[in-house]
Amino acid sequence: MKIAVIKYNSGNVQSVKYALQRIGVTAEVTDDAATIQMSDKVIFPGVGHAGPAMSYLKEKGLDKIIVSLKQPVLGICLGMQLMCSHSAEGDTACLGIFDSEIKLFGSSAFKVPQVGWNNIYDYRSVLFDGLHEGDFVYTVNSYYAALSAYTVAKTDYIFPRSAIWLFWRTLQQLSIWSSILEEV
Amino acid sequence: MLTKRIIPCLDIKDGRTVKGINFENIRDAGDPVELAMLYSLQGADELVFLDITATVEKRKTMVELVKRIAFHINIPFTVGGGISSVDDVAVLLQHGADKIAVNTAAFKDRALIRELGNAFGSQCVVLAIDTKKEADGEWYVYLNGGRTRTGTKATDWAKQAVDEGAGEILLTSMNNDGTKNGFALDITATLSGALPVPVIASGGAGTLLHFKEVFQTANADAALAAGVFHFMEIEIPRLKQYLSQQKIPVRS
Repeated sequence: MKIAVIKYNSGNVQSVKYALQRIGVTAEVTDDAATIQMSDKVIFPGVGHAGPAMSYLKEKGLDKIIVSLKQPVLGICLGMQLMCSHSAEGDTACLGIFDSEIKLFGSSAFKVPQVGWNNIYDYRSVLFDGLHEGDFVYTVNSYYAALSAYTVAKTDYIFPRSAIWLFWRTLQQLSIWSSILEEV
Repeated sequence: MLTKRIIPCLDIKDGRTVKGINFENIRDAGDPVELAMLYSLQGADELVFLDITATVEKRKTMVELVKRIAFHINIPFTVGGGISSVDDVAVLLQHGADKIAVNTAAFKDRALIRELGNAFGSQCVVLAIDTKKEADGEWYVYLNGGRTRTGTKATDWAKQAVDEGAGEILLTSMNNDGTKNGFALDITATLSGALPVPVIASGGAGTLLHFKEVFQTANADAALAAGVFHFMEIEIPRLKQYLSQQKIPVRS
């Protein structure tokens, strides 16, 4: 199985690559359109700033490629955010696969970015098979994406009913896993 | 619920983990890769790696060590020491760092934090501040591993750095470092209350109670320690069990 990890010069791609290696999977970190298109699965990693990340994708022509992929694509953190329509980070137009806006956390009573381990719950996907309700994930985010019909798990930060949602669904045969948050 | 973080710190000198007292009297504390793996397995929430003798010549060796550690752990990994440019950070991220910490270079070059935030996002940029309480009762910023005094107050520098885009503050009290007499609760509480970003308290951990105090009294978001973990005076699973009993939310 060939896995491509999209290189866009700001993701902590190596961290993802090592995680895959630890479970016996070799992945190629690449910004080559053909390699990404021909891989069985694609990971779109995180850590970065929306503006420079989108510029890099456009420069390499990857903005057009990512939206046309048919194989499963896993977006992590910024990778997920870039799949939405717009990010408040640098007022950036994103890929628009999901009709959702990325917003800045607004609260004077809570720390932003949210940094640390938080629970996720209310799973609605086979992606979470093997996880327990309330298991911990590490989050470092100043921005969040709006709740949508694609969400399949949630977590709380700032507002009592706020939730980060992870989502997995087929959209133009494109499977995407992501984390997303909004005040309900 | 967002949990409080326990962060072991590896101070690295010439490829070995070291530990000092009040930033002096440095002694060997073991192999960094072995320690990193142990802490990751024990449930540490993050790992911080500070190259305390970072120089241009030694940078390559350090990058190799970062790579080896990152490969073996499955918790977020912050790397600091001698970072002074966007290129330095890009190399570290490419070798497995998840966040980076800047200190002296950010103080001297006020544009650095903003450049790093714009390139990698604020969430990637940790500002490390070494601070000392002086006779006048004020906390001042020190640079170059505590060797150079500035006349700037820690609170002023922290606020300015956050305005520039620092996503987190790693606050080390030089007065408390290595003493095992507890964290500097006053300056930790002041910064945690004044800043919109998380504050990691560092310096002085000696007992389980010290961790409770820094979370409950000083409102730290995370507590960093080195010696008590390296020399197995406190084990992370026991610490977390204790904090949980004290109603402090921690990752189990």
